[in-house]
Amino acid sequence: MRPFFLVFLFASFVPQTLVIAAGGSREAQAQQSITDRSISIPEWSDWKRVLFLQDYNTRIVVLGTTLLGMSAGMIGSFALLRKRALMGDALSHATLPGIAIAFIVATSLGLDGKTLPILLVGAALSGLLGIATILLVRNLTRLKEDAALGIVLSVFFGAGIALLGIVQQMKTGHAAGLESFIYGKTASMVASDAWLIGSAGMICVLISVLLFKELTLLCFDEGFAVSRGFPVVFLDMILMGLVVIVTIIGLQAVGLILMISLLVIPPAAARFWTEKMVNMTIVAIVLGALSGMIGSAMSAVFPNLPSGAMIVLVATAMFLFSMIFGIPRGILIRKLRRYELNTKINRQHLLRGIYEYLETRGLLNEKQTLESLPVPVETLNQMRSWSLPALKKIVKRAERERLVETIHEDQLQLTEAGLKEAIRLVHEHRLWELYLITYADVAPSKVDQDADAIEHVLEPEVISELESLLIQQSTMGVIQSPHAIEIDQKQTNPQNPRSQGLT
Amino acid sequence: MNTRESSTSAPQPELPLEETPLSVYDLTVAYHRKPVIWDVSFKIPPGKLVGIVGPNGAGKSTLIKAIMELIPKASGRVQIFGKPYQKNRQRVGYVPQRESVDWDFPVDALDVVTMGLYKEIGWCLPVRKKHRDLAMDALERVGIADYARRQISQLSGGQQQRTFLARALVQNADLYLMDEPFAAVDAATEKAIVQILQEMKEAGKTALVIHHDLQTVPEYFDYVILLNMRVIDHGLTADVFTPENLQKTYGGRLTLLEEATETMRRREQSL
Repeated sequence: MRPFFLVFLFASFVPQTLVIAAGGSREAQAQQSITDRSISIPEWSDWKRVLFLQDYNTRIVVLGTTLLGMSAGMIGSFALLRKRALMGDALSHATLPGIAIAFIVATSLGLDGKTLPILLVGAALSGLLGIATILLVRNLTRLKEDAALGIVLSVFFGAGIALLGIVQQMKTGHAAGLESFIYGKTASMVASDAWLIGSAGMICVLISVLLFKELTLLCFDEGFAVSRGFPVVFLDMILMGLVVIVTIIGLQAVGLILMISLLVIPPAAARFWTEKMVNMTIVAIVLGALSGMIGSAMSAVFPNLPSGAMIVLVATAMFLFSMIFGIPRGILIRKLRRYELNTKINRQHLLRGIYEYLETRGLLNEKQTLESLPVPVETLNQMRSWSLPALKKIVKRAERERLVETIHEDQLQLTEAGLKEAIRLVHEHRLWELYLITYADVAPSKVDQDADAIEHVLEPEVISELESLLIQQSTMGVIQSPHAIEIDQKQTNPQNPRSQGLT
Repeated sequence: MNTRESSTSAPQPELPLEETPLSVYDLTVAYHRKPVIWDVSFKIPPGKLVGIVGPNGAGKSTLIKAIMELIPKASGRVQIFGKPYQKNRQRVGYVPQRESVDWDFPVDALDVVTMGLYKEIGWCLPVRKKHRDLAMDALERVGIADYARRQISQLSGGQQQRTFLARALVQNADLYLMDEPFAAVDAATEKAIVQILQEMKEAGKTALVIHHDLQTVPEYFDYVILLNMRVIDHGLTADVFTPENLQKTYGGRLTLLEEATETMRRREQSL
């Protein structure tokens, strides 16, 4: 992860440093509205200030969002595996009316309406109300969950926007800044906010570490968990509660529209790197932390851009990287495996082709030495629907693996190892053919292609089972082909008794 | 049914309830007010392999799930060794249908088997070596110890089924409830499962198995429950598994009953 992180940071450096120009006064910009998206080019001193965490506020913000990212990565892993990701999205959108109402109530009581804990309590309450509404709509009507989610998400968000409009009209308090909860704005984060976010996040991580195996079981096999007497409803509520907490503490830095991304993207990216639950959560924690850290640092450099957007962009960059380069589940490695399988299949076809060519000409008896068994490339090419250049490539690779040797321009011969491998392959191929004919009623004339489709992926235990099923005698030689092998049309081998009977 | 042989139809001595692995009284289960099983009553003697047989939609899975209280009962009573399920769930091992989980989940076969021990390990405590060893033994028993560290989507269907079986075995229960363990498995797995069932029986354990392949019923099971919304018949395989009973279970569809329940359901919904 680490080297990639550095690369990303450098990549983001280059364009700006090339076109460095004088930026406007930062203090003036900080006062501008959230909707002002003009980007000024940061100076080197800005970069230095952020990168080396020189000022106190940057340190606080970066620390807070890093801890937030960690907890979101951890809780998000469970939410994603429980297939509750969209619930988190509806939840975060449903917090907006709560924020507005908390502000109105607090101001009318004479308190400072913009204190973070007050706003977050309001957010949590209205978020929970949103979830309750979803469950209610789903259970009382015959609407499906996605409809319920869509309704609640948009209605609550709309109500929140309307309430924000009312807040703007109020004479009592200056409401500017509440909108920052929509897109996220770390600039307004103070030390106590960072502490609140960090400690709540760490408590969430601690709870999910303690309940790791119970939550894993809940996500994997709910029915089994119930049958073993686990309080599944209670565990589900704990998980939902953790999602609520992480969402709420993320509102300030990431914003309610984009909060879902911090819950979903790091775990989804982590899944490309591992097949183990523990490792997945660890990678998700690391990716979440990096997203929070780099994203908030970037937003400190570009103060006009919402920090939520920055964090999401960083997380997305990591996701794309994981999706492509992730091992063992990324796109690239899977393409590579497919390529390797194709290479293997081609090599097997080549060896089997050579073997069958020699066999039909009766050249495979004890007296023959390998050197005296040349095979013309042209004939091989006719046996399979290869093109000549493709065959040449396949032969080249087989030569490198020391399975065949080219003796003349267009003549091949097997090596010792090549012959051994060829015998094994032909044996397996014919076992499979026999099986298909005997047990699956496949026509002998068609069996070659059918066997071809499966045999390359056979596991050793299947082979031994086939052997015990089909071979009574103990001689483990190559069994005869159950159908005529067509080397070319003129020369079908009359010496193969089974082929006569079957075709 | 009146042709039962004398050797087996001798009136069975009434067992004390504590020794009866499973007794079901008048169990009715409904989905959305539509009854799926009606007035099901039976008892299972200990140390027997019991097959549940019936057509699709007969309520076989529903019966097992209702026994374990995974779904609510509309009425009726279930006793496990003479006690309600919650009191005796320790003695019940469950093998769900293979399709019931997402096999792309990031766990390996050994992890899945240890899940059978989570209750014993206790809340908040980590899985320790002795638990992994127990799980490994169970995988050994079902013959897939070599695949213990494979992510579960990379197991074949039969290996997945055996993983589920091992997860139930590791619990060392006395009564096993299995939901179609033989569905779409390879020959080797079928053999392995039959072997395990025989071992269970020899150890005096009881297994209730939903089964689809009628041909193998007499071979695999001592005792059969024929189910189609209600119990058609139950008893020793030799007595109960007759062409007439199978005809009743599979052939004669309860058209009137079905129609009535369908009408009930529609009326419910229009309200």
